[in-house]
Amino acid sequence: MEIWRLPISASQRGKLISAGYTSLSSLSSISSSDLARELKVSESEAMNILKVASHSRGSETSNASCSIVEVLDTFQWWAGAQSAWDMLHDEESLMHITTSSADLDNILGGGIHCKEVTEIGGVPGIGKTQLGIQVAVNVQIPNDFGGLGGKAIYIDTEGSFMVERAFQIAEACIEDMSEYNRFLRKDFQECKIKMLPQDILENIFYFRICSYTEQIALINYLDKFLSEHKDVKVIVVDSVTFHFRQDFDDMALRTRVLSGMALKLMNLAKRFSLAVVLLNQVTTKHTEASFQLALALGDSWSHTCTNRIVLYWNGNERYAYIDKSPSLRSASAAYSVTARGIRNSSSSCKRIKMM
Amino acid sequence: MANKLISEIPLPKSIANVFSARNISTAKDALTLTEFELMELLDVGLTEVRSALSQISEIVAPPYQTALSLMEQRFQNEHLGGHFPTGLKGLDAALCGGIPFGVLTELIGPAGIGKTQFCLKLSLLASLPTNYGGLDGRVIYIDVESKFSSRRLLEIGLRSFPEIFQMKEMAQEMAGRILVLRPTSLAEFTQSLEQIKVSLLQKQVKMLVIDSMAALVSGEHEQGARRQQTLSWHISFIKSLAEFSRIPVVVTNQVRSRNHEDASRYSFQVQSRDGAIGTTMQYDSHLVAALGIQWAHAVTTRLVLEAKSGERFIKVAKSPISPPLAFPFHITSSGISLLSDDGKEVMGPEINAIHCQGHNEIINFGMEGLH
Repeated sequence: MEIWRLPISASQRGKLISAGYTSLSSLSSISSSDLARELKVSESEAMNILKVASHSRGSETSNASCSIVEVLDTFQWWAGAQSAWDMLHDEESLMHITTSSADLDNILGGGIHCKEVTEIGGVPGIGKTQLGIQVAVNVQIPNDFGGLGGKAIYIDTEGSFMVERAFQIAEACIEDMSEYNRFLRKDFQECKIKMLPQDILENIFYFRICSYTEQIALINYLDKFLSEHKDVKVIVVDSVTFHFRQDFDDMALRTRVLSGMALKLMNLAKRFSLAVVLLNQVTTKHTEASFQLALALGDSWSHTCTNRIVLYWNGNERYAYIDKSPSLRSASAAYSVTARGIRNSSSSCKRIKMM
Repeated sequence: MANKLISEIPLPKSIANVFSARNISTAKDALTLTEFELMELLDVGLTEVRSALSQISEIVAPPYQTALSLMEQRFQNEHLGGHFPTGLKGLDAALCGGIPFGVLTELIGPAGIGKTQFCLKLSLLASLPTNYGGLDGRVIYIDVESKFSSRRLLEIGLRSFPEIFQMKEMAQEMAGRILVLRPTSLAEFTQSLEQIKVSLLQKQVKMLVIDSMAALVSGEHEQGARRQQTLSWHISFIKSLAEFSRIPVVVTNQVRSRNHEDASRYSFQVQSRDGAIGTTMQYDSHLVAALGIQWAHAVTTRLVLEAKSGERFIKVAKSPISPPLAFPFHITSSGISLLSDDGKEVMGPEINAIHCQGHNEIINFGMEGLH
């Protein structure tokens, strides 16, 4: 019953079926005026239904008279499908955003991946917001220095974004770039980068969200915003959890809303080739006989993000652990939060642990 | 913005009528449903649903600001760029000016360590005119455990700012700016909060102190999930109150003994057989913060007051701007003061630990002066 799959209203579907049209092919030879008469709807509605039906039909499997060679050459049976070989090319040219900690970048395969959604969670005070701000600054590193030269969207749901801290991190980033420049040029002259911390702050679009409705609305609106600001290369949501931990009595609704949101973000990441970083909080979970820490928002949410990184304390060090990733190995690396932002851990016995 | 009425949003007539016919009156109702649910409910096609949702979303979504304009706005309009100096030089330097506006700052520590003393000093400071480092406004002090002592407040005032407090009218003016509320139940507290939100700006309230948050809940429910639920609403209400009024909000919290429900490890840490992870937990402290991990996430700055070998320390345990520093302090007749402005940097999760060693825990409410 292919009629079920048409994106038309329920009553139109009902009328089609009761009039005997159950498959798309049955609609292929009827004119809009006849259809309007049979269904007792207006002619423009009937035309709309036929248009939707022919559109769906066009993207369906082509008939079997295609030769094998043609089929292998053009994998365009289904709109949007891509062969794995073509995808390999895309994956190899994938862009990353550095975290400013070489160890962390290493286990991440170069940095935070564009075109993917990465969830980062941890206990309070471990450095989630710090990492979020670092990424929002690092995305702006110009192409000459191996960066993306893009802008950032920072969606703040808790008010943790401290603009003075962003300034500090931006300043340190520029100093590091000048240092690198000087090193590269080898002439030891003061190679001042023309960027100022203020310029970096100007390229961070800050949104303050006060309820989950605003969060949903903003993510819907980002579609339009991003078409107008095509140079945005990262969206940081700090934190995605806050408004969903209170207010919701209906957990099923919460799961539906969250997964809808995650899908939209994934869609945005793919369409606009940008990175989405979601910061998550932590909760206690009762498993087997003990209580353990786990990222908040439940089990269904844990399936929705592509990559999941957990920030935790290990002894006296801050560590990041790749909990889930389709392409990276489970590994953990130490990092530290300094006055200049996220950097490599300074302890001498740091090692990257492969799990 | 979430409660924006659909009728106020410029949608095409036909779909607006359908929305109201199906009782979807606010943007919140419309946005919580998925596209397919709306299609079923409203009996319209996908394209119409999508365009209606995108129009609603555009109106409800908050406007953006560049981080630069945010910084400029804060520095132009707010006292010291949005910070309230506590008078403790080392702490203020670490916090980039003082207690931040618009977010929650938590003071946590064992009983009798000096949290209320700190709150009294802060309330006093906030009431002072700006040339004395104050906010020149009213302070609302929510005193749950009846620890507020006006005699002690005036003593602190007299010792710290004798030039103001020796004059009776000035002392009266300053003390008159501190409004003390004493809710006896959570329901009363909720009511007070709602009233405060309404009259905050017109009454020129410049700071809110809640002493203590934990005491409100401890009498009411059992531990665990139920308590978390009760507080969720309050957490987000207080945060939004702080946010929209851009005032510093100081909240005190208690400590309790660690119990089996307090998790400290993730599943991947437990599984690992590597000796370095998991087994060498540095948490030798048996005290943890009351109110749980959800609350710990909600506060922006956490200041831990603790006692170690007879000395008291104030540690910056969580802060977006400050490194993890510990400052030794003591309590004198002029309130709380630092023994050294150079904080000692604390490594690792030790900054979050709350110690209570060598501290005399006798608390006397009736006695003014030192604890």
